[in-house]
Amino acid sequence: MLAKRIIPCLDVRDGVVVKGVQFRNHTVMGSITDLAKRYADEGADELVFYDITASADGRRVDKSWVAKVAEVINIPFAVAGGIRSVEDAHAILANGADKISINSPALEDPTLITRLADKFGVSCVVIGIDTYKDPATGEYLVKQYTGDPDRTVTTRWKTLDWVAEVQKRGAGEITLNMMNQDGMRQGYDLEQLKLVRAICKVPLIASGGAGAMEHFLEAFRDCDCDGALAASVFHKGTIHIPDLKKYLKEQGVVIRD
Amino acid sequence: MKVSIIDTGSANLNSVRQALKRLGCDPVVSFDPQELASSDRLIFPGVGAAEAVMRGIEKRKLRDFILGTKIPLLGICLGMQVLGLDSEETDLENSGVTKTLGIVPGHVLKLDARGGRLPHMGWNTVKHGDHPLFQGIRDEAYFYFDHSYAMQLGAYTIGETSYGCAFTSALAQGSFMGVQFHPEKSGAEGARLLQNFLDNF
Repeated sequence: MLAKRIIPCLDVRDGVVVKGVQFRNHTVMGSITDLAKRYADEGADELVFYDITASADGRRVDKSWVAKVAEVINIPFAVAGGIRSVEDAHAILANGADKISINSPALEDPTLITRLADKFGVSCVVIGIDTYKDPATGEYLVKQYTGDPDRTVTTRWKTLDWVAEVQKRGAGEITLNMMNQDGMRQGYDLEQLKLVRAICKVPLIASGGAGAMEHFLEAFRDCDCDGALAASVFHKGTIHIPDLKKYLKEQGVVIRD
Repeated sequence: MKVSIIDTGSANLNSVRQALKRLGCDPVVSFDPQELASSDRLIFPGVGAAEAVMRGIEKRKLRDFILGTKIPLLGICLGMQVLGLDSEETDLENSGVTKTLGIVPGHVLKLDARGGRLPHMGWNTVKHGDHPLFQGIRDEAYFYFDHSYAMQLGAYTIGETSYGCAFTSALAQGSFMGVQFHPEKSGAEGARLLQNFLDNF
């Protein structure tokens, strides 16, 4: 049976791992390779590195650390942030990343998704979606340039429409970053996950809001997510990955041992 | 021991190179048949699409070398798939099948996931026999997969995995071996499999 994936997310800024609350007020969490190695050794199934400033600054992710990560870990990892072209993606994949995750540039030019899928295969192409629930209307809307609060904009896309669109264009996986929950540790937005799951035929990764082991269980058992992504609970040691995997296994979730 | 990685022009050779380095080898990356012919082991990775890999093989004039070599060879992912007869994976504008190397008498078909999601991406178990490639690896160990097409089962199958239906996740035919999963990304079990490939043939 295909196992559900536990995915620590490392937000990278200026070559170190940082974490903020609701995408703001970042504090330094540690070195990229040290944290990557630690999580791989603890049983993480996959890692994601987001260069959270890249898209907003209009520059590419610094690629030197990608090769260093590939040297030290033996599990798959994705790189996100500022990948705007087939050439950008090629450089990152050639350095040993398994997937590239595209967010703002896919919104700028949706044809990029198809070009990447044609060149590298759909399974390399993850689309990250920053989704925000408008408290006034209850609508789920897609945000862009979330790496920089001053540049963040709400796009014309409703989340469910964008989920459908990116699949049509060749997305191999979708990471749903639920912004209202990010850093709050109150659990994933299960209602939203269920809505997206119903129309998402590719692997779906829940992101934003994990604070306790039960939250992972809810994402897997109640929303049939393929993976669950979290950052601060792992960085701060609130949840220890081996304990989490043991707990989920006891609850009947298929987990790699 | 000289280990060479066959470079068909597809990306992601660095993961395989780093995995071998962690085992203490310093692999050569090459598409020069003479260089490859002086190797003790050949690793044949592939990512992307079957047609792209086959185009790379033709463009770099590697077909005759691969078909003729007696050096133990390990195909990984698409590198395993193109050892078969043909693949249902074609460029979007083409229909029919992509002819592949025809070393192993198996067809590569779109995975019939029976309602499961594609690509088949993540960690799944491999049921295997006592082939030396799996020495010291427990049955039903987890390996990392990432694909939408897979080779049907056959006499060449030495490892099988189920995702909707059962498919060949590891094969051996003479000195040709192949794995559908990515040993270079499969943690300790993957490292052991690569070590077995270096040690046991």
